[in-house]
Amino acid sequence: MSLTRSAPPAASPEPAQRRAAKSAPKQRNWLHRFDNKRVPYLLISPFFLLFAIFGLFPIVFNGIVALRNWRLDDPTLTGWAGLANFEKLIHDEAFWNALGNTFGIFILATVPQLLIALMVANLLNRKLRGNTWWRVGVLLPYVTPVAASTLVFAVFFARDNGMANWLLSLVGFGQDTPLDWRAYKWSSWIAIATMVNWKWIGYNALLYLSAMQSIPKDVYEAAAVDGAGPWRQLWRITVPMIQPVLIFTVVLSTIGGLQLFNEPMLFEENPAAASGGSNGQWQTIAQLIYKVGWKDLNLGYAAAMSWALFVIILIVAALNALATNRLGGGRR
Amino acid sequence: MTATAPRLKPRRRAEIGRAPQDTGGNWRTYLALVAVLALSAFPLYWMFVIATSTDEAVSSIPPTVVPGGEFMNNLREVFTLQQVYFAASLINSFIVAFVVTASTLFFCSLAGFAFAKLRFPGRDKLMIVVILTLTVPNQLGIVALYILMGKLGWNGTLLSVIAPFLVSAFGVFYMRQFIMHAVPDELIESARMDGALTMRVYWSIVLPAIRPALAVLGLLTFVATWNEFQWPLIQLNGTEFPTSMVALSDLASGNYVIYRRVLAGAFAATVPLLVLLVLGGRQIVRGIMEGAVKS
Repeated sequence: MSLTRSAPPAASPEPAQRRAAKSAPKQRNWLHRFDNKRVPYLLISPFFLLFAIFGLFPIVFNGIVALRNWRLDDPTLTGWAGLANFEKLIHDEAFWNALGNTFGIFILATVPQLLIALMVANLLNRKLRGNTWWRVGVLLPYVTPVAASTLVFAVFFARDNGMANWLLSLVGFGQDTPLDWRAYKWSSWIAIATMVNWKWIGYNALLYLSAMQSIPKDVYEAAAVDGAGPWRQLWRITVPMIQPVLIFTVVLSTIGGLQLFNEPMLFEENPAAASGGSNGQWQTIAQLIYKVGWKDLNLGYAAAMSWALFVIILIVAALNALATNRLGGGRR
Repeated sequence: MTATAPRLKPRRRAEIGRAPQDTGGNWRTYLALVAVLALSAFPLYWMFVIATSTDEAVSSIPPTVVPGGEFMNNLREVFTLQQVYFAASLINSFIVAFVVTASTLFFCSLAGFAFAKLRFPGRDKLMIVVILTLTVPNQLGIVALYILMGKLGWNGTLLSVIAPFLVSAFGVFYMRQFIMHAVPDELIESARMDGALTMRVYWSIVLPAIRPALAVLGLLTFVATWNEFQWPLIQLNGTEFPTSMVALSDLASGNYVIYRRVLAGAFAATVPLLVLLVLGGRQIVRGIMEGAVKS
């Protein structure tokens, strides 16, 4: 690479040496200019290229599909539909039902998830023996495939001989008529929210822990003057100090929670149906999109539905971020 | 000093004012942590219990809580089931997760290097674009992506579940952060003085310095790809090339589901990730604490 290495040996004939010395810098100049000006873009281009094809284009194209008739079972039925798909959406009871379910499960899954994660983070934020292994331990649910864990929970919440009902019967509930978890909205929501909570508590706890450990220690010394105990310390100092991460996790949980698909899908006794219960008790929007698109084969309508979901996510994420901001600010 | 301070026991007073991370855990901390760990591990343990049991044991009251000896039998049934392609599905999952991980590591470290250390017009604006792409919910393009795959002729093939995940915005962001701090500018400068081209700098200076970050990103990517469910289900359900998650949902579908069989399959599909967690737990923890994002 260096000059000395590329220089011809001294024994070579004179003209050849001169020619090499003359053309080499020119070539190197060109190469270095290319290296400086173009190569950086070459290095970042795979990301942008792949994103353009598989990320950006589908989003734009989705907007077009939503405005058209697009059926997988009847390719002849094409053409512009205008806003017909969106109009259908507004009058579609299944959509509003799914929206309600999505929000119900979302709240049951997010609020306890983040609160318990905060408690777990607070436990981990000590000088512990073997602290790496505790942290690895709380990640067990995170690495477990949702498909696998949901199937365990499906057995856990079985009506007959399920472990959840057995535990309930120990404390005196439902000994005569065991609870059919899948039959009602509230019980199926609780079952699904339990799965989501189980999966994400450890992950969020580590995010909080990371923020907690960067709080300057003298803040706690100052608080000693107020005689704040550990509990008040948590709520008065730690929580306000990690507010940015709190907002981050709230937004993440919103984006993830409103797109909930895996758990409701596999909670079904026959997942292939994608109906979210005998009566759509727990059908979420993502599940409905899947059903409309790939069971009813109406892609145009499914595309319109995913736009609606996107708008809802935007609104809720913004509201949540605002509310969390207020809350933290008020406490401080 | 204040009205409340004298009322506290001396030991507690000593703890007040010390940052929590300097305070040792007492028995209650450890007890609570053991409870958290038990709840985290229980579904996995119980999955194994059912996977090793007979049909009678699965439906007994009170529930069985010790593993039986039927694991090999149950597993053999899963592997020999027609039209579930379970063995193939495990191999498919490996192929998909491996290709996606390798490509993510390569392309994201290249782009991360460019964003962290190279100067070019528009760099910061393009980086913001990368971060913005993180916030797009993946449900939004799913229908159009399916149509696109159809036009490419990839529907129902492994290519369709690999191609959309070859790079990740999080990976680029993570690599950029790491390279900014881990690779000294002077080292790059002196290599440049010796006439090294960009790719040479990447290969002999950047790559060796970012091995820890590659381990973290690789593990997170592998886990996320292995667990991907919705998109593979749309693409591969009913084909002869399911990933293991799709095969699991197949296994659990139908009118009469045999749970010891389903959970034996679920356990088999979980084991690779448990191995990764044991081997690379430290790196996964680190990755998440440095701001990993749900994919």
